[in-house]
Amino acid sequence: MEHTTKDHAELAQEFNRDEERVNWHDETLWFIREKRDKAAHNIPEWEALRETASQIKNNVLSNLDNYLQQFEKAAIANGVTVHWAADATEHNQIVHKLLNEVGVNRMVKSKSMLTEECGLNEYLAHHGIEVIDSDLGERIVQLAGEPPSHIVLPCIHKKKEEIGEIFHQNLGTAAGISDPQFLTETARQHLREVFLTRRAALTGVNFAVAETGEFVVCTNEGNADMGAHLADIHIASMGIEKLIPERKHLGVFLRLLTRSATGQPITTYSSHFKKPRPGSQMHIILVDNGRSVQLGREDFRNSLKCIRCGACMNTCPVYRRSGGHSYHSAIAGPIGSILAPNLDMKQYADLPFASTLCGSCSNVCPVKINIHEQLYKWRQVLVKDGYAPTGKKAGMQLMTWTLSSPGLYHMAGKAGRWVLKYAPFAVNNKLNPWYIHRDLPTPPAQSFGEWYKQNRK
Amino acid sequence: MSSRDKILAAVQANKPATMALPDIGIFETNAKGSLEKFATVLTTIGGKVVFVSGYDEIKRIISEQYGGNVRIVSPVTELKGISKDNLADVTNIHDLQDVEVAILNARFGVAENGAVWVTEDEMHIRVLPFVTQHLALIINADTIVPTMHQAYELIGNSAYGFGAFIAGPSKTADIEQSLVIGAHGPRSMTVFILNTNKSG
Repeated sequence: MEHTTKDHAELAQEFNRDEERVNWHDETLWFIREKRDKAAHNIPEWEALRETASQIKNNVLSNLDNYLQQFEKAAIANGVTVHWAADATEHNQIVHKLLNEVGVNRMVKSKSMLTEECGLNEYLAHHGIEVIDSDLGERIVQLAGEPPSHIVLPCIHKKKEEIGEIFHQNLGTAAGISDPQFLTETARQHLREVFLTRRAALTGVNFAVAETGEFVVCTNEGNADMGAHLADIHIASMGIEKLIPERKHLGVFLRLLTRSATGQPITTYSSHFKKPRPGSQMHIILVDNGRSVQLGREDFRNSLKCIRCGACMNTCPVYRRSGGHSYHSAIAGPIGSILAPNLDMKQYADLPFASTLCGSCSNVCPVKINIHEQLYKWRQVLVKDGYAPTGKKAGMQLMTWTLSSPGLYHMAGKAGRWVLKYAPFAVNNKLNPWYIHRDLPTPPAQSFGEWYKQNRK
Repeated sequence: MSSRDKILAAVQANKPATMALPDIGIFETNAKGSLEKFATVLTTIGGKVVFVSGYDEIKRIISEQYGGNVRIVSPVTELKGISKDNLADVTNIHDLQDVEVAILNARFGVAENGAVWVTEDEMHIRVLPFVTQHLALIINADTIVPTMHQAYELIGNSAYGFGAFIAGPSKTADIEQSLVIGAHGPRSMTVFILNTNKSG
């Protein structure tokens, strides 16, 4: 995870220095949003599916303790070892311990946003264990020394020329190559060697079934399967909210997930892991890391229904133009902005403000999370609890003061119109953080109050 | 208190009042899956669909396409002779790394997304359908279901150690959203549809 002292607006400003790239980023993500629309419109019962998925997840949250125990029991009966991690540190320690037990210091990993959230790679690196990310996009950002900028499309912020340069530096390809076909083939050869030589594999979990103890991992590349089936030990890390009650409910979620994510009807591989391969070990780590706290926040618990499709990012006018790294959190975009403050209100106080509250995120969410309403509610919580940015706090105080006195209000209005007319430079300058991101309107000649006084008969 | 007990206690204390599970029976249908739709969707997502009248035809097509100089493996009894390998003799799964073509039976196909359900029973070795350069799956024409709901009805509570829906070849679009076929898994995926009546 990226550690930075800059807030969303400052990081967005950095991303916006390259206007061409911003336009490309914006258009590419909007193109994916359109593919999602097409896929959704192909399913007449789409809205019924969303509603059903939302209700299943509501049921899961309302019965999560029992589902967790049911899942644990079934998984153990399947021959899987189940671990519980209260927080990120405990999760990382469990992985470390398991690798130590089998005497392994190199691991291959498929996409898992949870391990990004836990900072697993850094933790293991610190303990002398090498982790190679096997999803192509994740491998690219890993080689670049960056975190993923999107949960489904980890290197969507990179141009192919930059990727060619990263491969040139790290994988020995010739300089100046930017053909995606060639670069992908290079990564295929490089990672095949990794898959064949690593004895430990870690994967994420898309869905875990309480009834059967199995879990499902979805990829297009087949990297989760290549890693897990060739390793002696398979560790699957999952947040406790990933459970669904019964196997048949997978039908609802697998219909929604990829159509919402990329507009594909389903991922190439939807792999159902139930029992360890004979002669190998399978472990599941159930991770809380703040989720049980979020469950107790009535206004925000719905965020735990998220199935990590990324549709809210692709549609978000702010995400598309500010880039995933501007959110300085493992999960970017609208959903990340309502998940992150739960983990640390101070560090992520800026994120709920990184939204226009247009509501497009809520409209595309396959499990009907009221994302934009939660963004609005987080703002209130953050301001009330004293976590709002200082400038915003001062501004709000001034507004409260002005709006509570009619005299001050009229004077401020007059002053504002005069300034905008005769001295626009007083506000149209770089010292005014509000102006940096906005165009100021032409001021009217008089206020409605003044007009009414003149024209009243 | 163990982390397990701590987590369970916190979840129990913080969970909302019980919300009922919805009835997913509304997505049930008696309609048969459309073979035509399955073939169209699978082709759109990069798979190949070949209608065949029997296993001999599959043998002929495979040997025409790949010749005799590459490693072909198949646990399918009816395709005996197509492979010099006996999968039962493979003790080290890493020995499968140079497999060029794997041909497996599969259970059924799903019309809405072109996915085919395969379990460990048909794979024999889990990594086989992923490590092979080219994958061919065989299904019967009358096994197509319309949607994933019917797919899970068919799967029911069947026992498997591992199972997967496979829909097309391995692919990625991680570099500037350019679609590239053949990421880490098979570079092609062919579904042979055993059929005597091609109209579906």
